[in-house]
Amino acid sequence: MKARVTVTLKSGVLDPQGKAIEGALKSLGVAGVASVRQGKVFDIELDGAYGARAQAALKEAAERLLANTVIENYRVELL
Amino acid sequence: MKSAVVVFPGINRERDMARTLKLVSGVEPALVWHADTALPSGTDLVVIPGGFSYGDYLRCGAIAARSAIMDAVRAHAAKGGLVLGVCNGFQILCEADLLPGVLMRNQQLRFICRDVYLRVERSDTAFTRGYNAGQVIRVPVAHGEGNYIADGETIARLEGERRIVFRYCAPDGIIDPNWNHNGAINAIAGILGERGNVLGMMPHPENHVEAAVGCTDGRGLFAGLADYFRQAA
Repeated sequence: MKARVTVTLKSGVLDPQGKAIEGALKSLGVAGVASVRQGKVFDIELDGAYGARAQAALKEAAERLLANTVIENYRVELL
Repeated sequence: MKSAVVVFPGINRERDMARTLKLVSGVEPALVWHADTALPSGTDLVVIPGGFSYGDYLRCGAIAARSAIMDAVRAHAAKGGLVLGVCNGFQILCEADLLPGVLMRNQQLRFICRDVYLRVERSDTAFTRGYNAGQVIRVPVAHGEGNYIADGETIARLEGERRIVFRYCAPDGIIDPNWNHNGAINAIAGILGERGNVLGMMPHPENHVEAAVGCTDGRGLFAGLADYFRQAA
């Protein structure tokens, strides 16, 4: 079973990398870009965990390692 | 003073730290590998040195903070033992929940490698007893992610409990945004844990301990620690 965990910065947390990317997109002349926030995507293959057990394992993975919940939010999707 | 320097893959300041500890305290520190599960018995001080543990993968210090030896470091801190984290060591202590907050990318997005001035905010801690409160010291920094941040409530608590022990300042000790080179909130360069026995700081005092290098301002931190344990013995 495959899953995806997406980690993004909480709103209000300064994201200098996103700002730099935003600036680069604007200097390329890409139309309509208002702002950019950078995040991370983890594609995870699960071994023998389904449904609620898979959700629990992914939540644990996100909270214990993948995200720093002081500054980041995460979202878990089973694919 | 019996000290232990923890070594993770990708760390590169452990020898500078070990050399300084030997030079100032007279006792050779133990180098402890990250996969070990125990500290040498009788360890007084645990030091987490600087570098790029695990290549800064995921987040600075994130992987190191979850390695086997950190349970022993946590237990050492829980029974009141002293822990010092410098640079990547500070990042690791934050990721390990031994200190609050997080170190973000420097505001100017650049890696900064140069001397900075720090104001020592208090001298009544095991780590800063070698200095006077308000004293300004010059020490080097070398980091890309040193921009300290925490939520407003945490910052208020750190301020209220006087747990901010080092701030970036001008050479005359004035707190000035122009001298806060990485944009850290409230010019925070070093903080104490809740019980005052864990210190994390971005600058490298271990690199300013010998006259041959041109400055010995970092020596007070290690001399103060050595004296603290001499008096406790």
